[in-house]
Amino acid sequence: MSQSPGPVEASGAEPLAEPLLALKGYSKSFGAVDALKEVDLELRGGEVIGLVGDNGAGKSTLIKAIAGVQPADRGEAWSDGRRVRLGSPQEATSLGIATVYQDLALCENLDVVANLFLGQELGNGGPGVLDETAMERRSMELLGLLGVTTIRTVRTDVERLSGGQRQAVAIARSLLGEPRIVLLDEPTAALGVIQTRQILAMIKRLRERGLGVIVISHNLADVFAVADRVAVLRLGRTAGDFEVGSASQEEIVAAITGAEFGSDARPTEETPL
Amino acid sequence: MSTTAEAPAAPEAERETFSIGAALRRLGRGELGSVRVLIGIAVIWTIFQLANDRFLSAINLSNLTLQIAATATISIGVVLVLLLGEIDLSVGIVSGLAAAVMAVLSVQHGLAPELAIVAALVVGALIGCFQGLMVTAFGIPSFVVTLAGLLGWQGVLLWVLGDTGSINLPPSTITDLTGTFFDPVVGWVIAIAAIAAYAASLLLARRRRVAAELDPGPLASVALRIALVAAAIVAAVAILNADRGVPLAALIVVVLMVVFSFITERTRYGRHIFAVGGNAEAARRAGIRISRIRVSVFALASALAAAGGVLAASRLLSVNQQSGGSDLLLLAIAGPVVAGTSLFGGRGFVWSALLGAIVIGSISNGMDLLGLDSDVKFMITGAVLLGAVTIDAATRLRRQTATSG
Repeated sequence: MSQSPGPVEASGAEPLAEPLLALKGYSKSFGAVDALKEVDLELRGGEVIGLVGDNGAGKSTLIKAIAGVQPADRGEAWSDGRRVRLGSPQEATSLGIATVYQDLALCENLDVVANLFLGQELGNGGPGVLDETAMERRSMELLGLLGVTTIRTVRTDVERLSGGQRQAVAIARSLLGEPRIVLLDEPTAALGVIQTRQILAMIKRLRERGLGVIVISHNLADVFAVADRVAVLRLGRTAGDFEVGSASQEEIVAAITGAEFGSDARPTEETPL
Repeated sequence: MSTTAEAPAAPEAERETFSIGAALRRLGRGELGSVRVLIGIAVIWTIFQLANDRFLSAINLSNLTLQIAATATISIGVVLVLLLGEIDLSVGIVSGLAAAVMAVLSVQHGLAPELAIVAALVVGALIGCFQGLMVTAFGIPSFVVTLAGLLGWQGVLLWVLGDTGSINLPPSTITDLTGTFFDPVVGWVIAIAAIAAYAASLLLARRRRVAAELDPGPLASVALRIALVAAAIVAAVAILNADRGVPLAALIVVVLMVVFSFITERTRYGRHIFAVGGNAEAARRAGIRISRIRVSVFALASALAAAGGVLAASRLLSVNQQSGGSDLLLLAIAGPVVAGTSLFGGRGFVWSALLGAIVIGSISNGMDLLGLDSDVKFMITGAVLLGAVTIDAATRLRRQTATSG
């Protein structure tokens, strides 16, 4: 494991090249239910995509398909112009895709350092002996990189951290493998105003480093604050792809709910007067 | 190494204020568990000494050392299993079964005592493997698997012992394990070597942190730890030397403590044990093969139970149908819990096996000295256990409210 986030910068150096990740016709069904149907998505380095949609629209299914946890049934994935497979978490990881799930998957009984390096601990040459000083240094670097200042010492047990601090630890951990793409599932869902702002600032830092980021969120304000593009899913289909600069929240809400402006106002007999 | 429990807590927010007040606050929050136990031991010893002035005599403390050696060894395995968030109810009977296998092989079949001991350990490890596989492969709660083991291995024990039901151990390497006492000079050499090794490990770790430009923490705290450990070692050796000398069994137990403390606190494997006990799903997603961790820990626990059984047989000079039975299982589990290893998984430290064995062993030994009847003894031991578990649960509740608040 190198000490600098080299690949991150390398990908930032070619922003106009092929997309970091392009999905074409991604489909996934559970029995008779089509959770994803012919979804297309393109993500470039240094770009943040907000993935929005109502409950059951397929957001999490799409994230899991990209992460290789629940591979898609049909569809093509391309990375840097090459056809790739996202058939397992290992394949996704080797393509530089890191995922932060909503439940964060942290061990509360372990400190920040142990959580950051869980499963990829640094050794000091002895048989399985940990190199605590190296891990602690690297942890502080990682948190510094993300601008995390609220965690006073990296030797604090995670059970003592606030929700925002835990989210920060989970995001920092995803960077340990020097990914090129980070998937965030509802990173601001349970957070207060200030903590949300800190997490959004963190996402912007990822973009500045040239990473491609996909953020699932229910909160359109958060999405507008941080995303470059908004991809809308509705009933498993792509229901819109908006540039944040040129779209209004109303348009996006309409795409989420499936309501065309005015067209869905068909009066029904049940409508009480 | 006895400070491993404090290690995660040490760099807390008030680290820079190394003071008695801060230490007391941490004590109240349930950290510094080992300090709480040391205070408990001091209280227990004072009470029994006041009740009977032979309690703190060299000969009685020397006997106490030998009495707790087997339980403390079994408890190391219990700590490992508890760290996983599992339980092993079979450790008591497995210790008896392994001792029986050893006795039958060496006494009835004439196998070399050393090989018989190894065979006992292997039997233990295989039993643990089997139970661990049952837990992981079929997802059966370890409580049930090892409860079945508690019954089943009891049957195997009776079968192995055969008609006689009891095997006496003639003098051999096996009985030497608890019958050997070092010359006082050797005892002091061991003491000095242990103190030097402990001090060197702390100072080296501190120097590495300084070299890495990390906050090394106050030198005073390192000095205090070394002083406390040195005082404990010197006192123990002085007392044991005043009787028959440092017993080999005590050295074996301490070495096992050091080795397993190192494994749990300083190695990748140990870190993964804590991770599985803290959040198994998170550990799985982090790429840790949790089944492998679980099976190996059950194997280690049963092997350590077997080692404890060997020590117990060595001290009692026999193996019989009661070996590994009675209250051994409960005491082996109660000890670590009394000393701060959580029943709820993910929190604890290997030295709690020894500290807990000292607490439980002292109470038992003291009540024997006072000539109390078994009815009183059982009730008092039960109350101590319940009290310790209540503290564990209360600490856990407080931790949860502290997090949500």
